[in-house]
Amino acid sequence: MTTLLHCALLALTAAPGKPSFLMPREASTVAGEVDHLFYLVLGISAFFFLLVVGIMLYFVIRYRYREGVAAEKTATHNTALEVTWTVIPLTLALVIFAYGFKGFIDIVTPPANAYEVLVTAQKWSWQFTYPNGYVDKDLHVPVNRPVRLVMQSQDVIHSLYVPAFRIKRDVVPGRYNKAWFQATTPGEYQLFCAEYCGTGHSTMLAKVIVHRPGGFDTWLADASNLLKTMSPVDAGRHLYTVRGCAQCHSIDGSGKTGPTFKGFFGHKVVLSTGQAITADEDYVRESILDPQAKVVAGFEPVMPTFQGRLTNEDITSIIQYLKSLSAGPKGGGGK
Amino acid sequence: MTSVNPPPPGEGAAAALAVGGDSYLSHAKGLRSWIFTLDHKRIGVMYLVAVLTSFFLGGVFALLVRTELWTPGRTIVSADTYNKLFTLHGAVMIFLVLIPSIPATIGNFVLPLMLGAKDVALPRLNLASFHLYVVGAVFLLAAILTGGVDTGWTFYTPYSVTTGTSVILTTLGAFILGFSSIFTGLNFIVTLHKMRPKGMSWFRMPLLLWSLYATAIIQVLATPVLGITLLLLVAERTLGIGIFNPALGGDPLLFQHFFWFYSHPAVYIMILPAMGIESELISVFSRKHIFGYNFIAYSSIAIAVFGFLVWGHHMFVSGQSGLANMIFSLLTFSVAIPSAVKVFNWLATMYKGSIRFDTPMLYALAFIFLFAIGGLTGLFLGALATDVHLHDTYFVVAHFHYTMFGGTVIAFLGGLHYWWPKFFGRRYSERWGKIAALLVFVGFNLTFFTQFVMGSHGMPRRYYNYLPQFTPYHQASTIGSYILALGFFVMAGYLAHSLIKGERAPANPWGAATLEWRTSSPPPYYNFEHEMTAGDPYDLDTVRFVSRAEGWVPATEGAGS
Amino acid sequence: MSTTSPGSESGHHDPHLAHHFENAEQQADSAKLGMWIFLATELLFFSGLFCAYAMYRANHPEIFIWADQFLDKKLGGLNTVILICSSLTMAWAVRAAQLGRRRALAILLTATLVFAACFLGVKGIEYNTKWKHGLLWGKYYHPHVEGAAESGAAPVTAPPAAAPDKAAAASDGTEIPPAAEGPAGLAPANAPAHEIPASAPKNVQIFFSIYFVMTGLHGIHVIAGMIVIAWLLRRTLRGEFGDGYATPVDNVGLYWHLVDIIWIYLFPLLYLIR
Repeated sequence: MTTLLHCALLALTAAPGKPSFLMPREASTVAGEVDHLFYLVLGISAFFFLLVVGIMLYFVIRYRYREGVAAEKTATHNTALEVTWTVIPLTLALVIFAYGFKGFIDIVTPPANAYEVLVTAQKWSWQFTYPNGYVDKDLHVPVNRPVRLVMQSQDVIHSLYVPAFRIKRDVVPGRYNKAWFQATTPGEYQLFCAEYCGTGHSTMLAKVIVHRPGGFDTWLADASNLLKTMSPVDAGRHLYTVRGCAQCHSIDGSGKTGPTFKGFFGHKVVLSTGQAITADEDYVRESILDPQAKVVAGFEPVMPTFQGRLTNEDITSIIQYLKSLSAGPKGGGGK
Repeated sequence: MTSVNPPPPGEGAAAALAVGGDSYLSHAKGLRSWIFTLDHKRIGVMYLVAVLTSFFLGGVFALLVRTELWTPGRTIVSADTYNKLFTLHGAVMIFLVLIPSIPATIGNFVLPLMLGAKDVALPRLNLASFHLYVVGAVFLLAAILTGGVDTGWTFYTPYSVTTGTSVILTTLGAFILGFSSIFTGLNFIVTLHKMRPKGMSWFRMPLLLWSLYATAIIQVLATPVLGITLLLLVAERTLGIGIFNPALGGDPLLFQHFFWFYSHPAVYIMILPAMGIESELISVFSRKHIFGYNFIAYSSIAIAVFGFLVWGHHMFVSGQSGLANMIFSLLTFSVAIPSAVKVFNWLATMYKGSIRFDTPMLYALAFIFLFAIGGLTGLFLGALATDVHLHDTYFVVAHFHYTMFGGTVIAFLGGLHYWWPKFFGRRYSERWGKIAALLVFVGFNLTFFTQFVMGSHGMPRRYYNYLPQFTPYHQASTIGSYILALGFFVMAGYLAHSLIKGERAPANPWGAATLEWRTSSPPPYYNFEHEMTAGDPYDLDTVRFVSRAEGWVPATEGAGS
Repeated sequence: MSTTSPGSESGHHDPHLAHHFENAEQQADSAKLGMWIFLATELLFFSGLFCAYAMYRANHPEIFIWADQFLDKKLGGLNTVILICSSLTMAWAVRAAQLGRRRALAILLTATLVFAACFLGVKGIEYNTKWKHGLLWGKYYHPHVEGAAESGAAPVTAPPAAAPDKAAAASDGTEIPPAAEGPAGLAPANAPAHEIPASAPKNVQIFFSIYFVMTGLHGIHVIAGMIVIAWLLRRTLRGEFGDGYATPVDNVGLYWHLVDIIWIYLFPLLYLIR
């Protein structure tokens, strides 16, 4: 009997590295505590549900209408019973509340030596800024080290959600919201936006990559140096990929929220005002810094500005990359 | 107070309305007699038509949403269209269906009858309430026709301030609908205070009336806050007052506090009348006096009051303080208890009863099953630690569908099937009623149960696109939604059929003891032949069964009293 | 509108008694209870604004203290007196209706209307002054008031909310607000530097947003009240209310008193901050 229970519990519950029927794998220090509460509430709920439905089914069968058999008059109230079935659920509810509150304190209280990453959310991509200034589209963290996220939004409310870590926090414009976690298992985890923010809400995804001990520092060093060692075109391609441009601009000619970059640079574009101009260096630069100034006809004016977020060298690299996408059979495509 | 055409003495109330008899339906003819009616029964019927039409519209949006979610990525519509579909589904269902549903349709019709009264206290206000509903609905339709709205029914700022869709039309529509709701609630409070009959003290009222009273209190106190919130949103969009805009010194979270201050009590507007209907159905179809009347009455008021104190549980991850979170979580658990205990009361009512499985009872039983799931899953969300993980996932979507659909709509259907003979004087096909109930029950569970699992696995809500691993859950859910829709089509079919070809119903087909069953089905326009005196509304010994055609009659005499 | 009301042929001799009531007292009580509940809804309606006021004032008292200098206490005080007088004439009118004194009723209702119109007139003057000085709400706040500060400090320069063109673009398309002030170093590099003059605090426009929404909504309720009182006046001149039937006047009176009370709260909160 106990082995059966054990197996059931094992099958049902998640564990570090192992997803369960109901929960993703536990990959942070708080996940276990959250899951324990989840299963506690599940157990209590299942018990009461089976109790209520069981009694209901029993009654409808046992006391179903039968010809000639009248309903029996029973008491119309019973104070002792009513108090009991009020007090017991109330007590259980308070227990659940207490565990929930305690768990919550753990979820929102980072330890002192947390590694800080800045998070910028915008419609519809994430940017993670590491302490050395490097910016990436994914969140890389070292395993077994507390990480603190300081989050700001460029436009509307977003929400950073990593199911495997059991953390979630809204990202609100005009203030800094914070979250923290400590990853326990190396691997790759999904990060979602969990507050509806428009067209690209469901594509505003990112990855959390938890590095093995020592792996994170290596990764950060390599990633940060990339731009210094790359050619402008390669650097531009990298920025295109990690700074959110890829979310809205394709490089294969397909239509997305913004115009495709394939064959874009150097050609004539018609603006929403009807004016036709050439997409040259100045136009690209202006569109990055002041995107609403000249919008291509047929597209919505929803591009966020990168003023203050891309250096002049970054913009130059991007321009070079766009040129390469227009450069004829050999240079087109890139990646 | 005698009527113009009293029934022949000694005959049952049913006989008084043989074919060709004068009821409220036939009393005055022509469109104008309906549009300008002051008769609460006609207003209730007009509301019924309007609410059911809106339910159909909201249901179509739901099917489109579920169809799109058959596959990850695009299935039938673009992301922008999808966002509009789920927004409109929510807005239509909440403002045009769930909030008015039971009070404005069943409540309007039945409340004065249960009081033995001729009408509500303020009939012109009642009519105004209905016309405001229509105007509000027109605004929402205009929003749909001018490109829709894509903010989610919650209109969170800053997105709702900057998006180019028809936010203003929608919010103004909701604003007007709010007044419709306020006027209904106001009317009910005054009626219940001033127009109870002899013998009906507060604690001799049917529990449906207690629930409508508690609901009315919420309608009257909470809805104005929604009104000012929506007005401020409109001002923000049109005038740029900046109150929710951080660039102008405002706070987006202020909107959330204002919005949920109404919208949380709103869900109690939805569920309290449903619980009221549940008390009536369980008692009558178990042939037993309701158990724990006093508690159920007090708990309705308690839920109404406590419901005002928990709005912050929608904002646990918004960045509000830990202290606020703690208080809201604690209060949330306190409001769960009265609801849970009502379920025990209903079960105790069924104990040693004589239970019949007519269609209304099937819905009443389904309510217990579905509302139990809905309520229990609320515990996961009220607890702070688990809510962090589950907030804004499909777990929440499943929770509120189990409570609002599995609770309110199911109880509404039970009430509709229960009072249908009273409204229209016709019986519907029991066989088809049971079939539809089964389809609805199975379809509902298939649609929504898998969503709990999706949610706990991290599937966020309001997602057009989703990761491939969630596909089987979504597909099961979509199949369920079609079964659900089938159930409703069957229901529409036999109910419509009953209006034309249904068997005539007697005054009291179910054997209840509340006053509305002491007049004919359908009632005459003046409601009652004589002044009514109320007894214990759950003393089922006061009626005895005669025959299917004559139904149940007062146990003292053979004739109607 | 009672063509189809049930029981209309029952032939009540009291022309004011609706068919569904047993007696006039029940009807009057119901109407009054209904009006009190409606007043409660109005109170809740304004409560959101009072909450917003409380919240912003608690978090940014400096904004309220600074902006208060632009509100004319004399005009505000005058308006308070005007409204109180109008409440007096309204209450008096109710009494006249109850006593069946039609002429007095007509005069008093007219007086109430006159006072209400004066109130709106004074409000109009105040709004106009603010318009002239650019002291408007939210994104339209562009103050140009010379030497307004009592301390004789330099003329008020525009406290920056956002650069005017950005503010103008605030409600269309994607708007990127400048990051809130956070710990040093967290503002994005090359963020536009905000000029912060010594005297005016940031975000003064929030005060004016609150001011205009609260007084504006109140003003709308004054206008609505005037319309209803005018309707009462019309009925009076047509001979109604002569037999002591005063319920409509009574209930409108209640509404009018609420409008007055709301102003009595608004006045100190907005005008008497210092």
